[in-house]
This record gives sequence, structure tokens and C-alpha cells, in this order.
Amino acid sequence: MPFNAIDTVWLMTCTALVLLMTPGLALFYGGMVRSKSVLNMMMMSFSTIGVVTIIWVAYGYSLAFGPDSGLGIIGDFSDLGLDKALGSTIGAAGHEVPTLAFVFFQLTFAIVTTALLSGAVADRIRFTAWLALVAAWVTFIYIPLAHMAFSAEGGTGGLFIDRLGVLDFAGGTAVEINSGASALALAIVIGKRIGFKKDPMRPHNVPLVLLGAGLLWFGWFGFNAGSALAATGVAVVALINTQIAAAVAALSWIAVEWKRDGRPTTLGVASGAIAGAVAITPSCGYVTPLGALVIGAVAGAVCAWAIGLKYRFGYDDSLDVVGVHGVGGVVGMLGIGLLASTRANDAISNGLLMGGGVDLLLRQSLAIVITAAFAFCGTWLIATVIDKLIGLRLDPEAEITGADTVEHAESAYDFAGVVGAGLGSGSQHSSSYSQRNN
Amino acid sequence: MKLVTAIVKPFKLEEIKSALQEQGVHGMTVSEASGYGRQRGHVEVYRGAEYTVDLVPKVRLEILAEDRDVDMIIDTILLTAQTGRIGDGKVWVTPVEQVIRVRTGERGETAL
Repeated sequence: MPFNAIDTVWLMTCTALVLLMTPGLALFYGGMVRSKSVLNMMMMSFSTIGVVTIIWVAYGYSLAFGPDSGLGIIGDFSDLGLDKALGSTIGAAGHEVPTLAFVFFQLTFAIVTTALLSGAVADRIRFTAWLALVAAWVTFIYIPLAHMAFSAEGGTGGLFIDRLGVLDFAGGTAVEINSGASALALAIVIGKRIGFKKDPMRPHNVPLVLLGAGLLWFGWFGFNAGSALAATGVAVVALINTQIAAAVAALSWIAVEWKRDGRPTTLGVASGAIAGAVAITPSCGYVTPLGALVIGAVAGAVCAWAIGLKYRFGYDDSLDVVGVHGVGGVVGMLGIGLLASTRANDAISNGLLMGGGVDLLLRQSLAIVITAAFAFCGTWLIATVIDKLIGLRLDPEAEITGADTVEHAESAYDFAGVVGAGLGSGSQHSSSYSQRNN
Repeated sequence: MKLVTAIVKPFKLEEIKSALQEQGVHGMTVSEASGYGRQRGHVEVYRGAEYTVDLVPKVRLEILAEDRDVDMIIDTILLTAQTGRIGDGKVWVTPVEQVIRVRTGERGETAL
């Protein structure tokens, strides 16, 4: 079947960019935990790539993007194993791409969204339970929401995109608010880390966090501009808006810190860039560059404030998935209702502040509520069931010892400590060493 | 024989070391240490959460010396390590019963 080669090249490029976000997230999150569980943190991201890829090939893509089953909530089982996708094309007239390019692009979204949840359960989830959670969550929560937000079938597809007239360019609902609301449910079900609000739990490696934030920022260009699904003018608008919002949010976050805590921090500048990218995710293809500037500025400041809520309400969303992704996603979705502009994208109507009506803002709000309620309740249920069946949480001794040695029999750093390899002269390791064959 | 132990600010190490070398002190053990005295710790803020870091990084110097060199060593350390601000550190001296050079088995002052 004929397809547009330029659009296909763009989508393949963006797919690779988005996949890089998950290792980037592993660094971003890995640096923020204590050194005793950094490998476990990174392992959660990398293992998600494996589990979600298998599910996506087996039935995930079909359920998310197969023909709608009737209510705009879920696809069907018509393309198990991607047999139909192979050899077919998909896309708007003149912008067709091989379906497998779209399949893979959407797979990278499913992976990174699921991996985000690890931030809420840092240091204390059993690895087996994590794998079960990933499989169940992507199936029962992500796939329906991806269908609602992304599966366009000319009016009979996903609830948000086809039936409610919601604007969500790259996943403010299915990715950001979804992961934020789910993270809140997870943090509540699994409970606080031992020593929460008592022991110092400062990030063990802030440079890793900054490196991860840089990779996320880079990959986000593929995430947002790739969501145009074609190399069009709107894709370019989405691209530069991503840069604008991330850049200004990095500054507005540290401005809040400077005022409130006395010093701007590097962890803050990294967090702000991510908060800005989150907020521009739904809005990148719908607002003008100045609109992106406003959305970024608001997102950085609001998220810098929102991450303090966990201390007030006493839930241990360890790495602030709620405060950054949940709240940032809401800022972006509402931002569309206010700032959407036909000058950025002639396929839409203007937002409230751009001379349009209040109608769009209401539809955006409805999508926020549906997404948050579905994600929170569904994830609560899944986490509770997994807890009852196999146990969600490490036992206290294991949690205090650290997930790296307990769950993976590894430790991240060996800086020539007395028991490390650094001081060994003749033998491979100064602690006892034995080869484990078979 | 005496053991001179000094806890000093890390950035002063190079200065102290070269001053001692000029005075003919030809050996020492240096290790990273952390702790607090009157200086107490400092506050760090991560995403708005304040952590009091009690333990301040310091460097520990240990020098085995003949009795007659001890005052010179202390003076040299004081001269170079002092900034006059809180947190400059401490020096203390302890008696040493025996010193043995591992390579030759020499004992006492010849092993220093």
C-alpha cells in the first residue's frame, strides 16, 4: 500500500526519541532515591520496556487502537499479534504511514507512561509485584485511556478524541493525568516509606537527575511533535512549543524556590523543565508560542507548589508523580481551554481567552475528571488485588537494607570501599569470590 | 613516640601537607572523615523538603612522630589550617607504645 515516506521517516525518528525517554526516566528517578535502591528504581523502568512491549504485540495495540467496541472506551481483539498491522497503512489522506510505525510509536508512549508509576512506589515495592502491576495496569488502565484519547475513527472512535470534542495533542489525559492519579492511588495503597518525614531521604545523585531530565527533554520533542503523526506545520508548532514551555517552566520553578526556600536548586531546574514539558504535552499543537510561554510559566510555579501537598496530606508519592505529572497535566488541559488558537492550528476553535466560548474549557474539564476518576479508582483496585494475592510491599527489614541487594543481589557503587574491588591486589575481589556456573 | 591526629577543613589539606613536607615531615595518613563539633551541620533543601545534614565533611591527618617533633607539627598545622572561623577543626596528641615497619621489622623510632 502506498504511504508518505517523509511522514514515515519523521514518525520512525520520533519513535526512537520517545523510547529514549524511558532510560532517561530511569536516570531521573534513579538519582532521586537513596543509593541503596537506585538499581531497583532503574530496573523498574527497564523491565517495563520488556513487559509492555510483549503485551503491545500480543493484544495491547489491538485493544487500544482496534475498531471501537461501542462506547468509545476500548478497541477489540481483531489484531492480536499485529498480523493486520503488518502490510497495512494508517493516517490522514496524503499522510499515510505503515501501520507498524504507528504501532511502535504508540508502544513507546505506553512504556514511558507505565514506567512513570515507579516514582510513587520507590524503595518499597517487591519486584514481582511491580511486574504484575505493570501488566495489569497497562491492560486495564492505560489501554482504555489511550483508546479514549488517541484512537480516532472519524467520530466513532475514542471517547475524548471522537465523541466529546476534547483536545489533547500528545496525552495530557492518557499519559500525564492518568499517571498522576494512578500514582496517588498507588502511594496510598502501598503506604509510606519507613521513615517518611522523619529520616533524611535526600537524592543520592543529583547529576544523574539532571542527565535524566536532559534525556527526557530531548525525547519529549519526539513525544509531542511526533504526535502530529506527520511532518506538518502543526508538528513544528508542537516542537517549538515544547522547548518554550520546558525552558520557561525550569525558570519559574526555581523562582518559586528562590522566594520560598532562599535558594534556587538544580533539582528544581530539572523538575521545572519536566513540569513544563508535561503541561505542554496536551497543548503543544494548539497554542501559539506565546501561549506556550504562559502555560510553561504557570506549570513550573504551580507544580513547584503542588509537590508540597504530599507532606500536608501525608501520602508518600516519593518522587512527585502526582505533583509534576498529575498537576502539570491538568494545567496543560485547562490551558487549551483558555489559550487554544486557530492561528496555531486551523483545525480547532479558539479557547476562552482567545475569543472563543467557554465550551472548550468545559469539555477539557470533563476529560480531566473522567481520566482522574477512572485512573485513581482502577489503579486502587488493581493495587489492592495484587497486594491481597502476592503482597505489594517489601518486608521492613528488606526495605531498610535496600531493594538493590535484596531484590537484585547487586549494589550500584563500588568506590574502592574496604569491601569493594578497588583495594584488591591479586584476587578479583577482596571479599570472597566464587564462580556460579549453571 | 606520639600520634598527632588532626581534623581539618578539606580544602586546607594541600597547604598543610606541603608546609609539613617543608618542615621535613615525610609521612602521614590522610582519610576522609565526617562529623560535627561546634560548627553543627547545615540545611539542604530538595524539592522544598529541608534536611539538616549533621555531618560535615572533614579530612583526618595522622602523623607518627618522635616526641621532639610534636610541637613543630602542631604549630605548622595551626599556622596553615587556621581560618579563624568556626569549623577549623582540632588537633590532638596521643602516646604511642610501639611502631614497627612492616617491610623490615624495625621497631621504635627507626621505624618512623
